[in-house]
Amino acid sequence: MTDVTSTDLDVALVATPAKARARGRAGSARIRFGLTVIILYAVAAAIGPWIVRFDPVATRTQDRLKPPFSRLSDGSLAIFGTDQVGQDLLAQMLQGARISIAVGLATLLLAGTIGVTVGLAAGYFGGWLDSVLMRLADIQLAFPSILLAIFIAALLGPSVVNVVIVLAVSNWVTFARVTRGQALATRRREFVDASRTLGAGTWRLIRRCVLPACIAPVLVVATVEIGHVILAEASLSFLGLGTPASTPSWGVTIANGRNYLADAWWISTVPGIALAFLVVSLGVLGDALRDRYDPRLRSL
Amino acid sequence: MAAYVLRRLFFSVFVLWGAVTIIFVVLRLVPGDPAYIMLGPDADQAQIAALRAQLGLDHSLVQQYATYLSNVVRLDFGQSFRLNADSMSLVLQRVPATIQLASTALLVSLLIGLPLGVVAALRANTWIDRGISVFSLLGQSTPSFWLGIVMILVFSRGLQVLPSSGSGTWSHLVLPTITLALPFLAILVRLTRSGLLEVVHEGYVQTARAKGLLESTVILSHALRNALIPIVTVVGLQFGALLGGTVIVETVFAWPGVGRLLIDSIGRRDYGVVQAAILLVATIFVGINLLVDLIYGFLDPRVRLAGD
Amino acid sequence: MTAEPLLSVRDLRVEFSTAAGVVTAVDGASFDVRRGETVALLGESGSGKSVTAQAVLGIVPKPAGRVTGGSIHYDGRDLLTLPAPAKRELRGREIAMVFQDPLSSLNPVFRVGAQIGEMFRRHRGASRKEARAQALELMRRVGIPAAEKRLDDYPHQFSGGMRQRVMIAMALALSPRLLIADEPTTALDVTVQAQIMDLLARLQDEEGMSLVLITHDLGVVADVADRVVLMYAGRVVEAGPIREVYEHSAHPYTTGLMGSLPAIDGPRERLTPIQGGPPDLLDLPSGCSFRPRCNFADQLCADEEPALLDAPGRPLPHSSACHHSGKVLSDAF
Repeated sequence: MTDVTSTDLDVALVATPAKARARGRAGSARIRFGLTVIILYAVAAAIGPWIVRFDPVATRTQDRLKPPFSRLSDGSLAIFGTDQVGQDLLAQMLQGARISIAVGLATLLLAGTIGVTVGLAAGYFGGWLDSVLMRLADIQLAFPSILLAIFIAALLGPSVVNVVIVLAVSNWVTFARVTRGQALATRRREFVDASRTLGAGTWRLIRRCVLPACIAPVLVVATVEIGHVILAEASLSFLGLGTPASTPSWGVTIANGRNYLADAWWISTVPGIALAFLVVSLGVLGDALRDRYDPRLRSL
Repeated sequence: MAAYVLRRLFFSVFVLWGAVTIIFVVLRLVPGDPAYIMLGPDADQAQIAALRAQLGLDHSLVQQYATYLSNVVRLDFGQSFRLNADSMSLVLQRVPATIQLASTALLVSLLIGLPLGVVAALRANTWIDRGISVFSLLGQSTPSFWLGIVMILVFSRGLQVLPSSGSGTWSHLVLPTITLALPFLAILVRLTRSGLLEVVHEGYVQTARAKGLLESTVILSHALRNALIPIVTVVGLQFGALLGGTVIVETVFAWPGVGRLLIDSIGRRDYGVVQAAILLVATIFVGINLLVDLIYGFLDPRVRLAGD
Repeated sequence: MTAEPLLSVRDLRVEFSTAAGVVTAVDGASFDVRRGETVALLGESGSGKSVTAQAVLGIVPKPAGRVTGGSIHYDGRDLLTLPAPAKRELRGREIAMVFQDPLSSLNPVFRVGAQIGEMFRRHRGASRKEARAQALELMRRVGIPAAEKRLDDYPHQFSGGMRQRVMIAMALALSPRLLIADEPTTALDVTVQAQIMDLLARLQDEEGMSLVLITHDLGVVADVADRVVLMYAGRVVEAGPIREVYEHSAHPYTTGLMGSLPAIDGPRERLTPIQGGPPDLLDLPSGCSFRPRCNFADQLCADEEPALLDAPGRPLPHSSACHHSGKVLSDAF
């Protein structure tokens, strides 16, 4: 039973109940769309490279720079064409998908772990720990992390591990903020005090009371962040500072294609479309999740 | 307000100091001799010895740090052995080009992004709003390096109306600016829209209407002015992304700015220039953020004056 | 001799679309406001009193809210049929409103003097200097001390009572003929409440304007109002001169309200709160909305919505919307 007052009514933005229901349906449609695309990509990344084999060393000069939908010398169809050494672009892209998604997930896991830990500590224990940790977060934000990424990559050379670490270090702050907020809110609630008086230890309290509340916002943040991370990795790889030049990540493939824009525009173009589409889907999913679970995160 | 300004100033200096220290630490953490790394495998023994002396590598770590700090403050990053010139001077030469690109992109983003955001908020949940939101999502999700390449394909090679690289004329500025501005613009649209929507329900907007003011005055003067306040801070943070974007855009379009110098120098293992470039960009970024903080303090009288 | 009422609301209906359904916030409200009189619009949250005021001013929140029926006659013209620019001209100039929470109702980033002066610049084309002088005058008039210095202050630098005075100054700027005050004292301390009510009464006297006081608190308006209009679940349930209605209530809601008030000067009796809870506007009972909380309710009350009729046996104008007003009246004795 809802008790609607005049002030509640002021907030309603929807013109008619039909539109309100339509918005609800649109929200779950977005979630379905986003999830479908992401699952498709994940499946393609997981099993694709086995189906369409990619051999990083092989060169087939007779198949160089063939446009999309051409037949290759061994009879197979190159849906997206071939690159400068005769490799099927689709095969490369599937490998690239694997790399992008793996790097994205690894980074998110690392950033999430760091962020959630910091946020929990800051929010639950408060006091000077909170101040110090949040100062750290401010400093992190005040420093353009892409520069740090470039510098470290410049010194240590491009490698997947470096990329994951650097991106994780750049992106933990949002996780920390969100977790801290939840921890603060939950700490004040009565049932935590009740549990504490019953003798529950700190860790148990965190695990049972605080963490469950954090899952939804962290999930929303993760979905929004993974898109940024994937883009960042691709950008670094494009500059030669991300994954090594020998691995066919999307950024590397697009960078290689730059030299052949006149003859083979598809090398640079098609992987970019795949990349953009994935990030867009992640964005759609992230927005829909956020609208459903916590509209307050809108500022992220 | 004075206290606020001082606090932000100290913080900015602290961040810069942190950046310098991190660079120092990373340089020392890399396995191998820092001088050797910085000069690369082609350097001869004399050069290495000279640099080692300059960096004070035979002294204790603390003394090295002190030397390093004093070098940084004096803007001495050593000579670029590749280009035979002082590192920092090389970097400073390229700054105007980057500033030109970044500020044009910023201007374009503001001029297009703010009005679009306002329109989207005022027509919330109509097809106009949805269209603008889709555009915004695409703008944020498209990798700039790819967009730059596609633009070159279409406008330079295809239609042949715009140049694909270099600088010098207005037409050279068009494609790089659009590529750089797009993600920033997209975020700005989104922020303006949500900021305005939040504000539009505040009591003072109703009061403004009750006063018989024109709707345009109500929205553009009363509502927007308040909505802009939180937007300004986020814009400052996003500016870092814009600066990062110049590295990519300058590389794609061969724009002669700091970003391109940075990438080229990395390729040439010219680490003096690399350090100089990174610290300069960091300083610019921190400076802009300080400016944004000051603007924020100015815009919000509750911050500016110690209220009751 | 009765002059034409300044404001005449007839059968006003306002609906809101919410995610949960369509809510009829105002469901056929009718009342008058005569020139120079003070009318208290009384009711709990959700009674529709604020929305009624919004409808009179033409600021019902769009697109969720819509006026779907009735008429609002001001000075002979139906406001609901006026084109938008004409309505906007009336706002602030002829009909003005003071809102409940002055902290959120004043723009935090504009100086107070500028906000008051805006009235003159917009409606009278005054220059900045003229507007400033007028604003200063108004601030003095509403009793803000050291007004010259405070012209350039921001809302957050004032106390609650002073902020409300600023709002009143702003509303009063162009000498409107009708001032609507929506819960003007609810957000203030008790001592300040009395001051603000006195100020409103004094200003009303000086200007000769009509004053509509929207409130949920009977006590606050007892001294100031000439007539009272009680609303419940979007409908007018009783209306009449204030003493008459307070002492000879003809609706169970009114008697309930009277009975639930502690009387400072009367004998110490048990308070009898009205049973039940506030109505759910999404799911109102059939017939009379007050039925679930009423001791007099019977089948007629479930079948037929009571019309607003003259209270039986009482001097006019005293109306009540109850099938059993006669019983209610006699029950009180």
